[in-house]
Amino acid sequence: MSKIIATKAIRGAHELVKRAEKELAQAVEEKGPDTRVEFPNTAYYLPISHGILGLNIETLGGLHELLAEAKKLLPPIPGDTLWLPYLGNTLDAGMAALFADEIIEAIKYTQDPLPYLTELNPSDGRLWLGAANDVILRERGIEFVDGTAPGFAACVGCCPSNEIAVSVARELQEKNLYVFMSAGNDGRSMAHQLEEEGIEMGWETRLVPFGEDVTATIHALGFATRAALSFGGARPGDYDRILRYNKNRVFAFVLAFGPVDDLKHAQAAGAINFGFPAIAETDIGRILPSGICTYEHVVSPVEPDKIVAKAIEVRGLKVTVSKVPIPVPYGPAFQGERVRAKDTSAELGGSTLPGFEFVTSKDLDEVEDGRIEVIGPEIDDIEEGASLPVGIWVEVAGREMQEDFEPILERQIHDLINGAHSIFHMGQRDINWIRISREAKEKGFKFKHLGSILHAKLHGEYGKVFDKLQVKIYTREKEVLELLDQVRAVYRQRDARLADMTDESVETYYSCALCQSFAPNHVCIITPERSGLCGSYNWLDGKAAHKINPTGPNQPVNKGAVIDPVKGQWQGVNEFVYNSSHKSLEIFNAYSIIEYPMTSCGCFECISCLLPSTNGIMVVYREFPDMTPVGMKFSTLAGTVGGGVQTPGFIGHSKHYIGSRKFILPEGGAGRIVWMNSRLKEEMAPVLKKIGEEKGIEDFYGMIADETVATTEEEVLEYITKVNHPALAMPSLF
Amino acid sequence: METVWDRSEQQEPRCGFGEMGICCRMCHMGPCRIDPFGQGAKLGVCGANAELIVARNFCRMVAGGAAAHSDHGRSVARTLLLAAKNPESGYAVKDGNKLAKVAGILGIDPGNKTKEEIAAAVAEKALSEFGRQEGELSFIKQAPEARQALWRGLNIVPRGIDREIVEMMHRTTMGVDQEHKNLMLHASRTALADGWGGSMIATELQDVLFGTPSPVRGQVNLGVLSETDVNVVVHGHEPVLSEMLVLAARDPDMLKLAESQGASGINLAGICCTANEVLLRHGLPIAGNILQQELAVATGAVDAMVVDVQCIMPSLPSASKCFHTHLITTSPKGKIEGARHYDIEAENALHSAREIVREAILNFPNRGNTEIPQEKMDLVAGFSHEAIHYMLGGRFRGSYAPLNDNIINGRIKGVAGVVGCCNPKVPYDREHVDLVGELIANDILVVQTGCSAISCAKAGFLVPDTAHKVAGKGLTEVCEAVGMPPVLHSGSCVDNSRILVALSEMVKAGGLGSDISDLPVAGAAPEWMSEKAISIGHYFVSSGVFTVFGVGLPVSGSETFARHIFEEFEAILGGKWAVEPDAGKMAGLIIDHINGKREKLGIGKARERVLFDMEMRRNLAV
Repeated sequence: MSKIIATKAIRGAHELVKRAEKELAQAVEEKGPDTRVEFPNTAYYLPISHGILGLNIETLGGLHELLAEAKKLLPPIPGDTLWLPYLGNTLDAGMAALFADEIIEAIKYTQDPLPYLTELNPSDGRLWLGAANDVILRERGIEFVDGTAPGFAACVGCCPSNEIAVSVARELQEKNLYVFMSAGNDGRSMAHQLEEEGIEMGWETRLVPFGEDVTATIHALGFATRAALSFGGARPGDYDRILRYNKNRVFAFVLAFGPVDDLKHAQAAGAINFGFPAIAETDIGRILPSGICTYEHVVSPVEPDKIVAKAIEVRGLKVTVSKVPIPVPYGPAFQGERVRAKDTSAELGGSTLPGFEFVTSKDLDEVEDGRIEVIGPEIDDIEEGASLPVGIWVEVAGREMQEDFEPILERQIHDLINGAHSIFHMGQRDINWIRISREAKEKGFKFKHLGSILHAKLHGEYGKVFDKLQVKIYTREKEVLELLDQVRAVYRQRDARLADMTDESVETYYSCALCQSFAPNHVCIITPERSGLCGSYNWLDGKAAHKINPTGPNQPVNKGAVIDPVKGQWQGVNEFVYNSSHKSLEIFNAYSIIEYPMTSCGCFECISCLLPSTNGIMVVYREFPDMTPVGMKFSTLAGTVGGGVQTPGFIGHSKHYIGSRKFILPEGGAGRIVWMNSRLKEEMAPVLKKIGEEKGIEDFYGMIADETVATTEEEVLEYITKVNHPALAMPSLF
Repeated sequence: METVWDRSEQQEPRCGFGEMGICCRMCHMGPCRIDPFGQGAKLGVCGANAELIVARNFCRMVAGGAAAHSDHGRSVARTLLLAAKNPESGYAVKDGNKLAKVAGILGIDPGNKTKEEIAAAVAEKALSEFGRQEGELSFIKQAPEARQALWRGLNIVPRGIDREIVEMMHRTTMGVDQEHKNLMLHASRTALADGWGGSMIATELQDVLFGTPSPVRGQVNLGVLSETDVNVVVHGHEPVLSEMLVLAARDPDMLKLAESQGASGINLAGICCTANEVLLRHGLPIAGNILQQELAVATGAVDAMVVDVQCIMPSLPSASKCFHTHLITTSPKGKIEGARHYDIEAENALHSAREIVREAILNFPNRGNTEIPQEKMDLVAGFSHEAIHYMLGGRFRGSYAPLNDNIINGRIKGVAGVVGCCNPKVPYDREHVDLVGELIANDILVVQTGCSAISCAKAGFLVPDTAHKVAGKGLTEVCEAVGMPPVLHSGSCVDNSRILVALSEMVKAGGLGSDISDLPVAGAAPEWMSEKAISIGHYFVSSGVFTVFGVGLPVSGSETFARHIFEEFEAILGGKWAVEPDAGKMAGLIIDHINGKREKLGIGKARERVLFDMEMRRNLAV
């Protein structure tokens, strides 16, 4: 049986390599060997050849080298009798097929118009997204880092019915897995089926249509390769680490629907190199002994309604999903969904109506666990499409509960409510906004289910810090307005408390090694004035997380003797970082960008780096795809800064840190900022203006260049000279 | 025509003292013998008791075997040096990867050296391992750390190959080492100098010169001899000869000459370990194993039998005389009265080989009646440890991990190396075939070398389909997944060193303990006869492997000595000897041993499927 699979895969690889050779010859002839090839906005060249072979292919002509490698790998087809061992050959054939895929897909990116949409989600009737850009990789990659997404299902072929396609997609979403779709059967793929059923697809819903061609499967494995390069500390060409990393970290698998031809067999053989098994709906045989994958390599036939469960078992994945008792599917994959106005059944809060969400602690005897009250009209009591004020009042009680945890629990409300399929949540505190779709209402979703979500999920994730939780949902203006004053007073108190906290005022900081499984030598030190570089964790979060999970990735760090208050260097922190960076970092300055700066995992929101001739620094946000004045795009910069190494002159940090009084303190602080990308600059306008006021610089905001006025270092210098930016008068950085 | 079986019969009854190892001819005060029934002499003239006499005889067999393998290794190293220094020699470096690997092990910095310069440095360093007086053999580093530490603790890491063999001979001469346990420790040192020294040098440098074997198809048994081709049968051990014959036999001039003599081609077939060498590297047919050397001649179809060293029966000239067959010797170390001699090492080896082939061709018209048996069997061979590494994962995922994984999950229970000679004292080939059949039926993967591999090849065990017919369900599943037969042919008898490296790789791949002695593996030589087998057996035991020999061992004359190697040795070196003439019972011993090791490793029971959550994934090494 295995031999049949091997034979098909090897045959498929031969066919793909032949096709790649033909298409490459044609493309070179038409466009010339120097025509650039790249997947847009990726720092990793073509990911498979870059990761596995260490090649830096930039032109059509450069693809010849990859083609040569593919040909070298192509093994003979096993004989009918007296065959020679074929497992190693099949895996090599699979890799050759991936090389061929990459050649064919790279050539597609030289076409005009592009056959792919370079956006997050399908739109305007265009379905296929092709390669993920680096912004997506970083945003989504972090979900693989923190475990919110355990892996992905690379779905090839077309399900027996649209209904099955939808239910498979939903089940995968509920299990938090990404769904990567490619390789249709006779021009029809699972993505077409979902499209016909009006299912929202794209990166935000984790249902990603890569391409109709079988070769588009490369984008799933390219994503896996780049994850290992970005987060796994693997160097280009270190195929061993890249493949082992994927086997042991990214729990992905291939699901094949319908007939599986030679070409798809070849893709599956390529995926097995990564430790990703193939599970087929039709009978293609089995390869059960383990070895390359964690358990079986190929399992078939599996009924469509059991295929997701089987795949998860075969991959060896434990999915812990706390069941949320609501009538619609639930999972992080649904967080990215929007509910459009025309599909809305009920709208709560928003810009025109008062609203709030609030978590407060009570004594144990004041809370009845699981009690959910709706005070005011339920969804059935209002007209279709109506809007109501909303107050979500959550009361928790427990011996371990502390006041500091309240805002942390409260901040979860956004993600938790959004996790419900066809329920949409925006904002926080007193600017919250919820839409409940008609589909959800038809399925029986009520306002009270918002409470059910919070009860189930907060218990699941934070059950260690509280014992009981009850929710009151107010939908009448009178009560909402009455309570609004009360909660606003608490918000103000909380802000003041955090704002007053300084690095000097506490003795203990918190580490964050959440990403250490991906960047083994990196450790974040979170202080009150420098939040975690991913923007997700501030000092209070670290404290709470430690309380919730005392042996977890957030550990208290006693700062010990102060070595340098300006650079932010402490004896205790140095020792901690030395030990938890596997003895790779001896000295660590929390605030400096030049001297022993803090390392990064790869998940940073922003990167700051020196622009030497300007005597200042630039700050770029991770969603900015274009060239920056330092001559590198964000993605290339990220390659320089990430991976747990100190790179003097470069730091990764959160947006929040820009407003901190400790922002590059030894280098003179935020006054050094000479360039920001415009979107970040606009978003940070209040902070930047405040910095200007504090430093007595008139129109500091206006003095900072952005890409609309300067895209090179020379242009930045020219601009800041014109506006007389204060950085020019500051002491030289070197 | 008289054969080995006729002569074996004439030797009956065999000398009981010799069978039991209690006759001593170390000095001329004797010969002495001990009465095993306790009624006659208990001591030799010098006062040596049974255990001392048995130990010294055993130790000298180890020394003899180690000398044979090692001298083979030396001639390969010399050939490599020749290849590096003299492009006219006919030899050249064929496997640059292996050269680089061996250079690394020998501590040679490739720097800016050419391939030839590296090869010369490797050859010189390898040659110096023979005469080395102090320190440790370089290839010892291939063994697991724990094993090296154990050897160091016992002070038995070989210093130099020749030194240990000479010292073994010295210590066993009249009136030197008189403590059988002390003798056996040096026997370990000597045997290790063979397995991790002489044999390993032979194997590794042969790979450098002639290519590292990878899976290849072939055929076996006398039926491979051709009615219409010139049959050149090459017999012995050193590919230094056979590789040149391969080239000569493919020479178009030679083929033309063959045609001119009425032959349709030139058929080069092998006997014994030379056969294994040319099979693994060229897919050439094997006419048979050691006991078939006379039978090949008896077909009347062998135009020349070309021999070098080891296992060449002195009966060949008389057998050849019955037919037209020319017997040709090629090594100055191994001449036979009545044979033509060509010195393969003199001047240009290829030139000599061509002359030999020419002689065979010109002899073709002299053929009389022929009687070639129909029997022949297909096979797949060529499982060097590098080939196994590749076969289990390809270029990017190659490793021993899948093997270990399937041992841990119980599809494969363990691995047995079944090797060694054939012995006319037992029905021909039967012990090998019965033992291996039983082992694979019990899901034990079998790795083979030497004549034993040829026996099992004839039985069809090297055909991948065998897995379905004979092997157990678990082993069959793995064989099907990989596309391999359940019995892996790894080469000639010096290639037992490949098994040592493979065992070390299994330890390194993880999950099966930290030393070879932790692995669920065993070794067997069911029909052994040569001193070389004793040396091989003892280097396996000293490397931590439970090793069973059939046909009896010449140690039964001393219970004390037998207890030492059958029981006490395990506490010292982790491996021990056993003897069991019955193949079925031998399989039982191996299966019990493997199951015992599985229990110790905690893999005795079926493993439950572990599902990994995020926390567990984080703890997996990458």
